[in-house]
This record gives sequence, C-alpha cells and structure tokens, in this order.
Amino acid sequence: MTVSAQSDANLAPQTLTQRFSALHELRDKAPLFLSLLFGVTLYASVCNLYVPEGSIFHVSTYTITLLGKYLSFALLALAVDVVWGYCGILSLGHGAFFALGGYAMGMYLMRQIGDRGVYANPDLPDFMVFLNWSEIPWFWQGFDQFWFAMVMVLLVPGLLAFVFGWLAFRSRVTGVYFSIMTQALTYALMLAFFRNEMGFGGNNGLTDFKDLLGFSLQADSTRVALLICTSVILGLAYVLSQWIMNSKLGRLIVGVRDAEPRARFLGYKTENYKVWLFVYSGMLAAIAGALYVPQVGIINPGEFSPLNSIEVVVWVAVGGRGTLYGAIVGALLINYAKTRFTAIFPEAWLFALGALFVAVTVFLPQGLMGLIKRSHVENNNVEKT
Amino acid sequence: MTMLDNVRQTMRRDQVWPFLIEKQPPNIDVSHNVILYVEGLSVSFDGFQALNDLNLYVNDGELRCLIGANGAGKTTLMDVITGKTQADSGDVYFGQTIDLLGKDEAEIAQLGIGRKFQKPTVFEAQSVFSNLELAMKANRGILPTLLAQLSAAQFDRIDEVLETIGLKEQRLMLAGALSHGQKQWLEIGMLLIADPRLLLIDEPVAGMTAQETERTAELLTSLAGEHTVVVVEHDMEFVRSIAKTVTVLHQGSVLAEGSMQEIQNDPAVIEVYLGESD
Amino acid sequence: MRRLYLTLFNVMLLLISSHLFAANEPSLDGLTHQLTTAKLKQVPHIIEQLETQGGERMLPLFSAMLAGELYYRKDDSRLVHAKKMESGNFSLVDVITAETIGDVKKKTIKKVRVNNRLRTQLRSVISRLTLFSSDRDTREAAIKNMLNALNEGNIVLLSKAKADEEDQDLLVLIDTALSLNDLLNNAEIEVRLAALDDLSNSLEPIVKSSVEALLEKDDDGNFIESDVVLRNKAAVVAEKIEGKVGFYSFLEKLFFGLSLGSVLLLAATGLAITFGVMGVINMAHGELIMIGAYTTYVVQLLMPNAIEYSLLVAVPAAFLVAGFVGVLIERGVIRFLHGRPLETLLATFGISLILQQMVRSVFSPLNRQVETPQWMSGSLEFNAIFSITYNRLYILVFALLVFFALQLILKRTSLGLNVRAVSQNRNMAKAMGIRTEWVDAMTFGLGSGIAGIAGVALSQLTNVGPNLGQSYIIDSFMVVVFGGVGHLWGTLVAGFTLGITNKFLEPVTGAVLANIIVLVFIILFIQKRPRGLFPQKGRAAE
Repeated sequence: MTVSAQSDANLAPQTLTQRFSALHELRDKAPLFLSLLFGVTLYASVCNLYVPEGSIFHVSTYTITLLGKYLSFALLALAVDVVWGYCGILSLGHGAFFALGGYAMGMYLMRQIGDRGVYANPDLPDFMVFLNWSEIPWFWQGFDQFWFAMVMVLLVPGLLAFVFGWLAFRSRVTGVYFSIMTQALTYALMLAFFRNEMGFGGNNGLTDFKDLLGFSLQADSTRVALLICTSVILGLAYVLSQWIMNSKLGRLIVGVRDAEPRARFLGYKTENYKVWLFVYSGMLAAIAGALYVPQVGIINPGEFSPLNSIEVVVWVAVGGRGTLYGAIVGALLINYAKTRFTAIFPEAWLFALGALFVAVTVFLPQGLMGLIKRSHVENNNVEKT
Repeated sequence: MTMLDNVRQTMRRDQVWPFLIEKQPPNIDVSHNVILYVEGLSVSFDGFQALNDLNLYVNDGELRCLIGANGAGKTTLMDVITGKTQADSGDVYFGQTIDLLGKDEAEIAQLGIGRKFQKPTVFEAQSVFSNLELAMKANRGILPTLLAQLSAAQFDRIDEVLETIGLKEQRLMLAGALSHGQKQWLEIGMLLIADPRLLLIDEPVAGMTAQETERTAELLTSLAGEHTVVVVEHDMEFVRSIAKTVTVLHQGSVLAEGSMQEIQNDPAVIEVYLGESD
Repeated sequence: MRRLYLTLFNVMLLLISSHLFAANEPSLDGLTHQLTTAKLKQVPHIIEQLETQGGERMLPLFSAMLAGELYYRKDDSRLVHAKKMESGNFSLVDVITAETIGDVKKKTIKKVRVNNRLRTQLRSVISRLTLFSSDRDTREAAIKNMLNALNEGNIVLLSKAKADEEDQDLLVLIDTALSLNDLLNNAEIEVRLAALDDLSNSLEPIVKSSVEALLEKDDDGNFIESDVVLRNKAAVVAEKIEGKVGFYSFLEKLFFGLSLGSVLLLAATGLAITFGVMGVINMAHGELIMIGAYTTYVVQLLMPNAIEYSLLVAVPAAFLVAGFVGVLIERGVIRFLHGRPLETLLATFGISLILQQMVRSVFSPLNRQVETPQWMSGSLEFNAIFSITYNRLYILVFALLVFFALQLILKRTSLGLNVRAVSQNRNMAKAMGIRTEWVDAMTFGLGSGIAGIAGVALSQLTNVGPNLGQSYIIDSFMVVVFGGVGHLWGTLVAGFTLGITNKFLEPVTGAVLANIIVLVFIILFIQKRPRGLFPQKGRAAE
C-alpha cells in the first residue's frame, strides 16, 4: 500500500484534489473499462449488421443476443457488488429485484402483442383468456404505455427494496440473518408468482413477445439496438456507481462495512445509508431485468429461485468484490463458461459451479481481481528491490 | 385568510421553508454548570445487575476520571449514555433539557457527545485522512454526504488535527496499518474533529508506551475546559497524572468521588479496589 | 364288462353335468364370456345374474372390475385381474380360478369397460356379498357401503345381519343405517323423530348431509320437509353434528400441524446445532437430509426381504453416512473459513450443488421409491371423520425422541460440555485444553447426522429425489431463526408453531399462499425481534 513520506512542501493547497484522488484505494478504471465495453459492443454490432453472413468476421444474431444477456447479468452483478462488496450486505435475494424489473418489462411487451396472440383477444393476454378472465386486472392497467412500464421497472423493485431494507436495517438485522431473510423473500415471491391467481402467467410466465416500441423483437437491428442499449446503460451504471463510491458517501459506506458502530457513534444514521444503498442496488438489478427480458424473450417465476440469486453472488465473488469491474468480469466469465459447459457437458456444470463456490471462498477471497492486484504488487516489489 | 395570502405566506422571500433549514444541534443548557446528569440509573443483563441506582454529575468543562474494577459498570455506563444500551430505569440528561434515553447512537453523537471505544475502532480500510474527513463535523444527511467537497478550511482543520495527534506523516497510510497506539490517537483525533461538547474516552492509553501515554495525558488535559472529558482508565499512574476529580465505581454504583488524594485515602476504596490492585 | 361299466359311468356323468348346466342357463362361463362382448347397457343385467348364480365366488371378479383392473385376454376371452407392473407389463391372475397366469404385454389383453353407474352397482353387489363375511373389516366396509346406498333390499339384509353381529362398533353402524332409513323412508313422525335422536351421535358424512337436507327449501322457497317439529329437531341435531365435525376437523388440523411441525423440527434440529452452536451457516444441510433419504433407499435395496426392519437399520446408517459427509465438509472446507460466516454460506452452497449433482449422476434425476413398512402404513381411526396415519404419528414421536436425545447429549455428555464451551468462548476453551478442532468436527458431524436421520423420516412422507433437500433448507432456516439462534427449545417451539400456523391457514388461503404468509410473517417478525423468540441475552450476544 502507498505509504507516503511526502514533505510538507508537497502539500500545497493547489494540489489538494490531485492529492485527494490518490487517496482512494479505488483506482479509476473507468476509461479502460468503458472503451473495452463500447469497443466490443460496436464491433459486434457492425459485424452483425454490415458484414455478410458468409464472412468469418460475421457475428451471428445469436451471439449478439448472448452478449446482450451477459451484459444484463453484468449489470445485475454490479448491483450485488455495490451492496455486498462496498457495504458488506450480502443479499441472496437480488434475483427478486431483477425478476420484478423483468416482469414489469414483460407486462409491457405482453400488452404490445395485442390481438396477435393465439386467442386473438385484443384486450387480454393469452393466459388470461385461457384462465377465463373477463377483464384485465387493475395492476395491469397502464402497462400498455412504455413510459409507465419503465417507471414501474424502477418503482416496484425500489419500493420493495425500500420497505424490506427499512424494516431490516432499522432493527439492525445484519450479516447472515439478513442474507437468509433476503433468500426467504425471493423464495416467497417465487411461490407467489407460480400461482395463476397472481395474474402474471403462473408457471409459464410471460412470453411470445412480438415487438418493443413498434420494432419487431425478431429483427437483427432490434437485437443490436438492445445490445447497444444494454451496453450504454451498463456503462452509465458503472460510472455512476464509481462516482458514488469515490465520494465521501462511498467512503462512509465502506466505513459502515468495516466498523458500523464507529460510523454510528460519529453521528451517521447508518441504517438510512444502508436503505438508500439497498434501494439503489435493487433498482440497478431491476433495470438489468428489464433489459434481459426483451433479449431472451421470456420471464417466468424461475427467475425468483434462490439458486439464481446466489449464483450472482458467485459471479461477484469470482471477479472480486468491492471493485465494480471485478463483478462485471466475473459475470461475463462465468456466464460464458456456463454457456460453453452446458453445451458440451451439461452434467458437469453444477459440479464446476459448486467447486467454484468452494475454491473462490477458500482460496481466492478477493476474487480474480484480488489475484491480479496481488501479483501486480508483488511485481512492483520485485522491481523495487 | 384567503388562499392567495396563504400562497404569499408560503412563498415569502425573506424566509426559507422550514424543511430547508439545516438542523442545528440544540443548545446545551448548562446554566447550572452541569453538563451530564445521571440519576438512579439501573441496567441488568440476564439477571446480572450491571448498573445499580447510579448517580453521577459531570460539570461543564471538567476532566473526570472513572475508575473501578472489571465489571464495575464503567463501559455499561458509557453504553447507556451513548445510546447503545437501553436503561431499565433512571434518567440521563445532557445539560438541563435534553433527555438522552430513548435516542439512538447517531442522534446522541449529533448532539455533541463523542465516544472512543475500549478497543480502538477506526475505518481500517481507509486512509488516516479519510477517517478524519468522515468524522469531521458536517451535515450527516445522505445527499450532502454524497456531494460533499472539502473546503480549504476543512483541509486545514484536518491538517491541524493530524498535527495534534501526531499522525501527519501517516496521513495517507491505511488506518489498518497503524500501530495500536496510533489507532488510539486516530480515534481520539476523530472525536476532536467532530468538535463535541462531551468526550467519553474508554481506556485511551491501553497498549501505549510510557512516552505515548505522557503525550496522551497532555492532550486530554489540554482538551478540558473547552470540552468536557470523561475518561475511563485502569492505569492508575495515568489517572493520577491527569485527574482533578475521580469517581470510583463498584458493582454498578458510585463508591466514592473526590480528588485523587481523597480517593486514595478513602478506606472503602482501599478495600475494594486500590488495595487489591496495588 | 368293466369297459361297459366305465362307459355307463361316463354317460351318467355326462348326463348329470349337462343337467347341471341346463339348470344354470345361461351358464357362468357363458355369462363371463358375455361380459367381454356385451354393450355397456347390458352389463348391469349380466352382473345381477352373476351375483345370483356365482355368489361369493364372483367377488374377485367384482372387485377387480370395480378397481378397473378387470381385463380379458384377446385370444381366448379369459377374464383376468391384471395389475400393471413397473416394467409396463401386466401380471395376470384368473378371476375365477385364482390361478396365476404370469406377465404379458399390454397389447395381448383388453380392459372390461366400467362406468360410474356400474361402479355404484358393483359396490352394492359387493357389499351384499360380503355383509356376512367372517372378516370384521370386510363386513364394516359392506355396512358402510350400504349406509351410503340405502334401499329396501339392503335394509332387509342389514336387519338380518344385526341379529348375527356381535361387534359393538358394527352394531352401532348398522343401527345408524336403520335409523337413517327410518328417518328418510318411514311415514310415522314418531319413528322419524326417534331416528333423529339416534342419529345425533353419528359422524357419518351421509347422516350429516341427510339431516341437513331436511332443512333445505325448494326453488319456490318452501321447505321440502313439511313437518315443523321434525324440522326444528333436525336443526338442533344438525347443529350438534356440525359442532362435533368442527371439533374433529380442528383436531385433524392440529394433528397435521403437529406433523408438519415435527418434520420441520427434524429438519431444523441439525441446523440448530451447526448454525446455533457453531455459528456455521450450512447451506448443504438440505443435501445432508437428502443423503439420509437415499441411504434409506440403498438400505432397502440391500435387504429387499426385510423391508419391515429396514428403517431400524436405516436410521443409524443414515446418521453415520450423513455424519461422515458432514465431518468431511467441516474438515475439508469450513475450518478454513472460521469467523467468515458469509463465505461459509457461499462455500457450503457450492457443496450443496456438488452433492445434488452427485446424486443425480449416481441415482438418476428421477425420484426413487422408498417403501413403507407394514407397521407404518395404515391409520388409527377414531371415528368416521377423524383418523391419524401411522407414519405421521411415528414421525412425530420420532422427532421428539431425536430432539430429547440431542438435549441429553448436549447437557449430559462430555462432548456436549465441550461443544457448549467452544460455542461460548472458543479461545478460552482452547486455553483450557479442549481440542476445539476435534469438537468442531464432532459438532458438525452430529448436526449432519441428525440431518441424515431427518432424511430417513422424510423418505416416508415425500418423494426421494435430488431436490428433496432444497425444499426444506429455507424452511429450516426460518425455524431456527424464528426460534432464536443457539436455543434448541426455541427451535422446538418454532417448528411446531410454524407447522400448526401453516395447517390452520391452509384451508382458508390454500397451501401456497399459506406458505407465503408464514414466510412473510417471519420476515416481519425478525424485524421486530431480530434474535428470535428466545434470544440469547447479555453481553455475549453483542
């Protein structure tokens, strides 16, 4: 770590900000990360739309969709890292926010189908016709408007995060208790969404989407647009999160992680900060869900399953928590591995994932980024000596 | 009053809306020269009576030492004052008017009561500078904290405190890498920079060398007057060097109170505490 | 000469037999053959004839037909009782001769069709034939059938049976049937009133509905029953019956609640040890339960001829297997993660994935069938509407036994003392010379072993599959957290509270919603009392 032995002369006021940025443990990786992210996105998009199919440089629409899916997962991982890596709140229920965001988007897409469904009912989605419902339930009102659906994508998960977080943090439920509670939360939601009476399509969820804002979801150009959109939002979320974490607030949040009583005795109402952060993170997860649904074309209650949420935690753990980019790298790597593995050797995937859980926690508590950082530091030390 | 008047009243340009007024810590009424009242305080854990009808008055600007054997209730007393532990019965007042019972840690801290823990507790993953910045007196709201930028004056203030606690050289070092004694100082520095009226300091010189202890004694003595300082300490040499008034706790109540001289000659104290340890 | 005699004898035999056949026109053989060809409409008539001619000999045929297992062979129209086997083939038994024919492919046989009307007829035929059986339970079933299908013929038979019947319970049942007949079909009001009196103690559903029917109105709003006195009395009796039914359905819900509670308790007890005492979050706990269930399966495979005793072997076996796996997990992973509960949670979750996949690879992803021994099947019947199944009863008792045994181990043995010492102050315990590492392994092994035992019990209630554990892990955690960590009694109370709450909510809200409500309740409860029902107090808890 940087132990400064600067003389007083170096501490002139004009270099204050300069000096200050050096204080952060977080190096600003934003430019590198963003250029990589946008570079790959742009390359894939161009190669999909403008390179003919026969060419070796052609990127298939399947790959585009896959990439878009990975990037939404990366955003979800980012959301988990914000609360877990920086504030030490291990949420095993972020899949719930992701799924709720997804459902809000799915409801909009469902309404866009109109009379093109199997039952050709202009007012009711297919599953409601199937259940013999005569009119659309009140909570589906407004979802035919894109703006309304987008507000709901943020509002519903945000409200859930707020209520849950407020209840939990105010009574100082922390650590594993909190984790188990979040897991129960997503489990309860899963059970609820499996019920047909809930009005969200029950077991089958929402699917058979046709178009988004008038653009066909099957079209290559829409797929590319969705990928670009996801990429830009991920980039924004990254920059925003890093800005927050670099601010005094971010340092306080890390302080709460390491010594919550100290922060409290300094006069910070730590529960408020935690609730705020939890809501922010829940909203990020919800956005990820809303981006995910149009790209994969389905949302069902399986997304609420506790396994999904805990898998996200492993992405973050593998990448290295508390670094933001680590979470993203972890999500991309593991999901790529998953796609590969399940195609070649489906049985082995759970073995591999399980082993990964164990290996990372036992041998790599700081994740891959920690490993890189460590070797970096070692190299530096070698150079110095 | 018509609606228009109402609107005019609401939009008056010479006033800001009530919710925009920054909350000022209420004035501490010390008209009777007493800043902390503890009366009839009792706390029990699982049948163990940690505090038993304890009465304590601390004058404004005073430097008070609390001593007592293990389990005498010193830390529990601090816990109650700072809102960490709920009292079973009794009163704790800050100044004449502010009831501390029922407030949480953050509210009490914002009133101007700082606390140093028995085991030094700092933000280990952050630099010394950052630690002080976080402790600095400022709006504790979420948005102000997010947008906070240090002013030049605040930088100077941090430098000043760094000087006081002798950690200027280590300003960019991670707090976790400091020695035990340095952490103790950093924590005291974090209290100082928050500029509290009352400092509760639990075992400030544990793990310090004789030299460091001496400097700490100097520091604490210099603080008294402007601040009110309550120190809990086991090191009798240290207590002797700083104390004007000493309160001895025994089994959750006050056993004796007075100058060091008086305490040392008090037969009850000699029997239960000094007699044993010396 | 001798030859002549023989011929004569043969002729006589022929004569006699042909005479017999003539008397039974059409013959039984003919009738049974008709059964395979007749249209559905004609079948009731054939059954009547079979009953009068064949009598009790036809019972296997009727029962098989009622069960929908009556088939005939396509080649020779022979009537057989066909049972489907796991392989998909059918094993055949001749319904007339009771001769075992062996296994055949499905396409060689054809089913004899039955409809609801036929089933009703078959039921009453069977009860008529079995009313005088020597077996008590058969008679009971016959009387119950008749009670639900009263007609003149049945009443005559029942009156006759009453004279011979010696069993007190069956006499009561016959009286109920006769009284019900009086109530419904007798013209004299006094008789009907007296019958109502007799029926007020009965809990048979048919009695309840018949009495309630007396109070109904027709479409015009007039009472179907014209007699006011009878109606008033019927109202009183209906209320009395309703009260009793309510009481017994309360008991039933209570029992189901206790039963669910015992399952939760079993699943959570092991967790209470590892989580509560050691502070280790073991997400693989559910999979240890699963291992216990699979151990039961393997034990039964190894001793196919002694299923009755298999559970007695399975309990210690499951304890050892799961305990061993638990010790492996502790030594292999958890000990490296001391004081890092969140990491432990993740690592053990990884282990749970591995264990699940392992079971899938070894035993296939399909559910496995674990057999229930004879002594655990069946139920303890208190009356017509309240009975307790033996398996649930035994598991309830078993759960309590395990719980108290564990209490004893923790309170009375040196291992228990060590465990408690380590859980309260690890460093101090170490300083006192306790081998904390060993204690950790043993504690974890103990908790895991109990999970294994829970698996044995669960194998008697649910399907044994790779996902068995997953469905219990969250509930178990809820129980432990709700009860208060580190507090075994809390776990007991919490398990039963949640079980009973769930079962009382279920009729109102449906099973899934009840589950959700309970989860939400616990989430809210934990906010109010973060340390559960029975928190650990004092400075140690900080």
